Amino acid sequence: MSEIIKVGMADLKVCKSPNGVTTLGLGSCVGIAIRDPSTKIGGLAHIMLPDSKAIRNNSNIPKFADTGIEELVKQMVAAGAGRSRLVAKIAGGAQMFAFQNKSDLVRVGERNVMAVKKKLQEMKIPILAEDTGKNYGRTVIFYPETGDFVIRSVGKKDSVI
Amino acid sequence: MGKELNLETMTAEYVDVLKELGNIGAGNAMTALAQLLNCKVDMQVPQVRLLEFKDVGTIIGGEEQIVAGIYLAVEGDITGSIMFLLAKDSARYLVSKLMGMQVSEEFGEMEISALMEIGNIITGAYLNSLATITNLKIYPSPPAISLDMAGAILSVPAIQFGTLGDKILLIQSQFMDEIKLDGYFIMVPDIESYTKILTSLGVV
Repeated sequence: MSEIIKVGMADLKVCKSPNGVTTLGLGSCVGIAIRDPSTKIGGLAHIMLPDSKAIRNNSNIPKFADTGIEELVKQMVAAGAGRSRLVAKIAGGAQMFAFQNKSDLVRVGERNVMAVKKKLQEMKIPILAEDTGKNYGRTVIFYPETGDFVIRSVGKKDSVI
Repeated sequence: MGKELNLETMTAEYVDVLKELGNIGAGNAMTALAQLLNCKVDMQVPQVRLLEFKDVGTIIGGEEQIVAGIYLAVEGDITGSIMFLLAKDSARYLVSKLMGMQVSEEFGEMEISALMEIGNIITGAYLNSLATITNLKIYPSPPAISLDMAGAILSVPAIQFGTLGDKILLIQSQFMDEIKLDGYFIMVPDIESYTKILTSLGVV
């Protein structure tokens, strides 16, 4: 029997095929799904903020793009994934509210996506697909068996990237 | 004190003060709502909770529950934001009541602006009472609205709380008319504003 493991806000989980990982209702947060296609070990991180170094109180590792991705990769490798084979798919980073005032806080979704891309590039993990930005929430389900990243939104058909 | 203040280290006394402000604010907001709808609205004592991020989905029926979020930026002596969150059914009920007609499953432009007005009045009353008690100038921005999954909408204030700590401060106000309605206030003053609020009340 396969199960779908739930990842909360500021959280991350590693899983192995046939199991999957999901996170519900991503808004301005970003979901990063990483997979080793050979061992079919996968993982999902749900980050909230771009940069742990910009904040004093930064002990919560999965909360930030930089530390969250590092930790996810570390745990995947510990579980037997091949570091050099890792590939990623990302979703989220929406701007849920349309404000005239384009302050940094309002654009946090966009900044989260940028920080995630930068970190993945630094770690030489290619991004195979993304569904980011716009103004709506997303539930995502990731299957390490196939690498399918299912995205569900209100009033839209499910999509698979 | 000052910049060291965060929700993790905040003493019980401060949390109590913020809770009490939340209670008063929510009470005023419900009075404003009753006037707007021209009916009696009963409110239960609001519950004030500090929630871990991972438990945010446990309120309002789960992360994927469709809710209406009305969100305003706050400026003046304190800065930050305030959100009023309503379950979609509650939102539909209030809009029907305000417009004097049944509202269909999908919200149109009229329904959205009615809902925005409801949110505006409720959050305005909330902020007014806060301004009166603290004697601080508080100006809300025009509201922005989103109808979407609760998790996605809550990510916005959660991220703001995320810059302070690992918990979110939530004021849940259940109110009754003919049916039970569920509403939530989430006030996110930035860290300097917390200190200002507490100072103005003579707590710090």
